[in-house]
Amino acid sequence: MDPLPGRAAGGREGGRRAGCARHEFAVAAGVRRRPLQLHLVQTATPGPAGPSGKTLGSAAASAAREPERSSDLNERILSEPLKHFDFFNVKELFSVRSLFDARVHLGHKAGCRHRFMEPYIFGSRLDQDIIDLEQTATHLQLALNFTAHVAYRKGIILFVSRRRQFSHLIENVARGCGEYAHSRYFKGGLLTNAPLLLGPGVRLPDLIIFLHTLNNVFEPHIAVRDAAKMNIPTVGIVDTNCNPSLITYPVPGNDDSPPAVQLFCRLFQTTINRAKEKRKQVEALYRLQGQEGAEGRGAADPPSPGVQAELGLGRCA
Amino acid sequence: MAALRVPCGAAASYRLFLGGRVSFARGQGLWKAAAAKLQRSPGCQILRLRHTTVVAARKNVAALRHETYTVDFIKKQIEEFNIGKRHLANMMGEDPETFTQEDIDRAIAYLFPSGLFEKRARPIMKHPEEIFPKQRAIQWGEDGRPFHFLFYTGKQSYYSLMHEAYGKLLDVENRQDQLRAKGLFSEKTKAKDPIGSRWLIKEELEEMLVEKLSDQDYAQFTRLLERLSALPCDAAEEEFVGSFRRSVTIPLRKQLTEPLQCDEKGMAFSTGQGNRKTAKAKVAVYDHGSGRIEVNGVDYLLYFPVTQDREQLMFPFHFLDRLGEHDMTCTVSGGGRAAQAGAIRLATARALCSFVTEDEVEWMRQAGLLTADPRVRERKKPGQEGARRKFTWKKR
Repeated sequence: MDPLPGRAAGGREGGRRAGCARHEFAVAAGVRRRPLQLHLVQTATPGPAGPSGKTLGSAAASAAREPERSSDLNERILSEPLKHFDFFNVKELFSVRSLFDARVHLGHKAGCRHRFMEPYIFGSRLDQDIIDLEQTATHLQLALNFTAHVAYRKGIILFVSRRRQFSHLIENVARGCGEYAHSRYFKGGLLTNAPLLLGPGVRLPDLIIFLHTLNNVFEPHIAVRDAAKMNIPTVGIVDTNCNPSLITYPVPGNDDSPPAVQLFCRLFQTTINRAKEKRKQVEALYRLQGQEGAEGRGAADPPSPGVQAELGLGRCA
Repeated sequence: MAALRVPCGAAASYRLFLGGRVSFARGQGLWKAAAAKLQRSPGCQILRLRHTTVVAARKNVAALRHETYTVDFIKKQIEEFNIGKRHLANMMGEDPETFTQEDIDRAIAYLFPSGLFEKRARPIMKHPEEIFPKQRAIQWGEDGRPFHFLFYTGKQSYYSLMHEAYGKLLDVENRQDQLRAKGLFSEKTKAKDPIGSRWLIKEELEEMLVEKLSDQDYAQFTRLLERLSALPCDAAEEEFVGSFRRSVTIPLRKQLTEPLQCDEKGMAFSTGQGNRKTAKAKVAVYDHGSGRIEVNGVDYLLYFPVTQDREQLMFPFHFLDRLGEHDMTCTVSGGGRAAQAGAIRLATARALCSFVTEDEVEWMRQAGLLTADPRVRERKKPGQEGARRKFTWKKR
């Protein structure tokens, strides 16, 4: 399997599965562009009278060097995970056996089967469809990897579901990993008309995770279509009666049994927390390296440039 | 094609009507050039030509947006208010440190006397918190990440409240299950709440959450809390539920029951006053009587020939089952016969409060005996025959 395809700097590409054209004008004036990359570069430049206002003379000289150093740092922080296939080692979080034990392979009856789910179905037993767990494992690994990358780059992740049974669980999961949840009635223009509904200058989610792709009347959730319209990548657990076409990283699996949903929630929570931890570690590591490097460069430099770099980095935290 | 007329006045500009409506910029030269271009273009037809000034119709964009007050603006307003308060105190010759809101109101009423009937239209000087509507601060930080985990639902406070309540419900049920597993579960029937409290109404909840709610939302909220309160909860959960209940105290409009007075003969009596329309009545009700009623020195049978009026006089006694037990003397002036009867009735009821228990006073209040009838004659308006009656409408 090739690593994340076409992944240049910036995670805003819709991905291979989003079939819609790029709606540039859809990003209206009021919606803050999701500057996962840009934002960091901008805030990495502290002013000449930076955080430590006392050393103005020498600060002016070193300030020119500071932005370069911190922008280098940022670029390295962001590009390093992209060079590995499974940087966050999400593969170890699950196995085909654990998926089987959580009843993820159980689909709906053959009459409910969606045409586009046929490639993912292993077979049917007593008229009940069985999902191919080998494929599920690959798709799940890709999805978790993508989620981890988004969390690493401090993106906003939104958990969406419309099943009342699991609404409380999903909200707890979101709170547990410091992200956001929406398991309530989805208002019409929430994503497409966000500046009006949520306030001007709002930042939209960078990833939407669907634990249930259908709503209470067994129709595709509106957020699937709206996310595709707004170029927001989606990860979704698709059962045998769901339509996987608009979802960027579909994960074929059972979304009805409590053990299956709890397993998926646990997996997502663990990956996101892991990715955030990793980010903190990498930042600390590079900060230390920067400090050591600056100390080695000489005493003419203003005291603790590592502090300035840290503050420059810290501002984007 | 219509002939184009060159304007005489330099200031005049034109509005040309084409297929759609187009308004051109002012300025002769610009117009001439545009018109010349139009003449040359084959498809268009100039239908009409008018000498009119072009008014740039601009939408009032500010009015369409909701008025948002920034935090700095509100802070500035509060500073100005405080400084103004001190100036006002100075003007009135009072101590600026101990100048309360009531003093401010009195000072403003003194300095800016207003004859306006609508109290809310009169000049006011209140703290900006009371004047500017409460608004939400920006819900996200510098990096754009919202603070609340349910921000993207749109109604974060309401849904977080529901989430919390449901969490508590699950806790209670878990606890019950554990007790049942240990065999310690006892079917305790909770003491029913006395009628003294009610759930928050929708407006109060909206005010509490600073969010708009729909009726369905409110119904769901009430249902969930009812469900939670029906289960055996511990102290924290009781407190949580209690924070959404308000007490219902019957607002007794302090019916000051005057004590019974004694006249020179040793008879206990009580007085009361009442009015209805323009009639004013004063009544003295004596204890241990035989049901005689005297109005303006004349027996009530002679003063009120109409049965209806006499019934009005008797009603308070009849209500309290004390028909033949009291004597009554009253003076009444103003109004007509029914108004005088109503005034005496109110005065009697008020006088009888001193003879009677508090419960019976409450029953009288609920029966409407102690409420003054606020209806007065509505004035006649010009252009109409009466207060409401309009002149006969003639088609032609």
